[in-house]
Amino acid sequence: MVETFPTSYSRGRRHFVGSAAALGAVMMSSVRAARAENMITLPFPEGPRSRPLTTAFPNKGEMILQRIRPPLLETPFEVFDQGILTPNDQFFVRWHLASIPQQIDVTTFRLMVGGHVNRPLSLSLSEVLELPRVELVAVNQCSGNSRGFFQPRVPGGEWGNGAMGNARWTGFRLRDLLDRAGVKAGAVQVQFNGLDGPTFPATPDFKKSLSIDHARDGEVIVAYLMNGEQMPLLNGFPLRLIVPGWYSTYWVKMLSHIEVLDRPDDNFWMKTAYRIPDTPGANVSPTETGYKTTPINRMLPRSFVTNLKTGDNVKAGATIDVRGIAFGGDCGVKNVGLSTDGGVTWITTKLGVNEGKYSFRGWRARVGVPASGVLTLSVRCTNTQGETQSWTPNWNPGGYMRNSIETTVLNIV
Amino acid sequence: MIALNRNLLSRAVIGSCLATAAGVIQIHTADAAPSTVTAAGVTLTSESVILPGSSETFPGGAAAQVVNVNCIACHSADMILNQPALSKVAWQAEVTKMIKLYKAPVNETDVPAIVDYLANMKPQP
Ligand code: HEC
Repeated sequence: MVETFPTSYSRGRRHFVGSAAALGAVMMSSVRAARAENMITLPFPEGPRSRPLTTAFPNKGEMILQRIRPPLLETPFEVFDQGILTPNDQFFVRWHLASIPQQIDVTTFRLMVGGHVNRPLSLSLSEVLELPRVELVAVNQCSGNSRGFFQPRVPGGEWGNGAMGNARWTGFRLRDLLDRAGVKAGAVQVQFNGLDGPTFPATPDFKKSLSIDHARDGEVIVAYLMNGEQMPLLNGFPLRLIVPGWYSTYWVKMLSHIEVLDRPDDNFWMKTAYRIPDTPGANVSPTETGYKTTPINRMLPRSFVTNLKTGDNVKAGATIDVRGIAFGGDCGVKNVGLSTDGGVTWITTKLGVNEGKYSFRGWRARVGVPASGVLTLSVRCTNTQGETQSWTPNWNPGGYMRNSIETTVLNIV
Repeated sequence: MIALNRNLLSRAVIGSCLATAAGVIQIHTADAAPSTVTAAGVTLTSESVILPGSSETFPGGAAAQVVNVNCIACHSADMILNQPALSKVAWQAEVTKMIKLYKAPVNETDVPAIVDYLANMKPQP
């Protein structure tokens, strides 16, 4: 059904070398060319800050190349100024393991449900499409979005702020599927696995779990459309788990196996990876050790200016439009404040269309530019639960959950 | 396994090789119209793509050999080249993590040279 990469070195592949090298040369020359001509500088405190801009990935427009294999592609930040829905071809891409199927046959693909259920299922895509349809706009943000801004720096994907996106997801409720399979008494978690796999069989396969109550809350969905179209293969075609309000690590791509568990999941990607300090804002000091950890979970509020960036010039005495995006985390946006005086006073901005509590929300304001010096724009989102962004960035060794207030500094000319 | 690994790496094509294995197959079938599934008003079309590979290796000639051999099988070199300057202790922890948690097949005797190389990398500005 799926033409997967060879997943181990045991398979002979010397006969590939000739043709693969030739093909590889063609493709690499495009990545290299992009590298030579078109670099972007991410505003990190120190290097490496430079990344290629690439159009070499299938169904993807121009993206910031963080890693070729397995792909880590970041959305150029200007894209967020174009609207609150992120276009599929510039939506960020994040894979952990390099054995990614490059061919998906929709006529043979199956979604399996098994484990602690009465009726294990194996559904074709046409059966999947017949399930009661739901639609939801939700932000998908990498746990490590903005990791490159951590101080002190931490190893990992050194993302700027573009490891996030917002899309309209169409699919069916996970609850409806689980009901069809008949969850047995005693179920505690539901585990999700996709078609991707490791290069070496011994590397832990990427699997994630949600509690049974979360999985059945009616909001977790399995999507087959992204902004009204089938999703790019690199964003999880044909099926992706959508966990509104939670970090992207749970949004399993190329979802193919759902396993209902009668015991807590102790696989590597739940038990060891993606753990955060069990403290407010996942914050610890860089020298702290021995704290309790917990699997990363709900997102926190964030907000950004999208039409201006640090270093841009503005005219003395002018009145300028400032606009951007905000999201509440796992609830809606209550308000977005803008400060030009380092937080002494806050202007209440005008919020844009409400696409639901899990979506980006646009905001805008008019700001008078002083006669000289610099203009600092700090933006702060407060969510409907009353949580607000703080000035002090959090720190943890994983580089997770950054959400401090962002400040844009403009030159007055 | 390691022998084959070294062999492929010496050609500096391991990434492209992995990445295009399926692509080679695809070329023979490119003429066939992709199959589709339609139900309840939605059509999904089969996908066949080629993911770019990477032939990038670590700079530094002979000193880089040990990293080129051990560190680009599961991810391309840019994973490592894009890291900020990290202390030797932090690099030691990364290499240990690769071996213990991700099961990287690295000879214990290569570890000091790998850590030395990484700790001496000068990240680009
Ligand atoms: C057996 C496969 C494998 C090998 C070989 C391997 N790695 Fe990794 N490495 C991984 C995986 C899996 C990740 C996590 C990737 C992700 O999250 O996208 C990773 C991530 C990393 C990261 C990012 C930080 C982190 O901890 O996630 C660094 C740096 C890194 N590897 C360095 C190395 C070095 C140096 C070597 C050579 C000693 C090496 N790797 C060899 C599998 C491997």
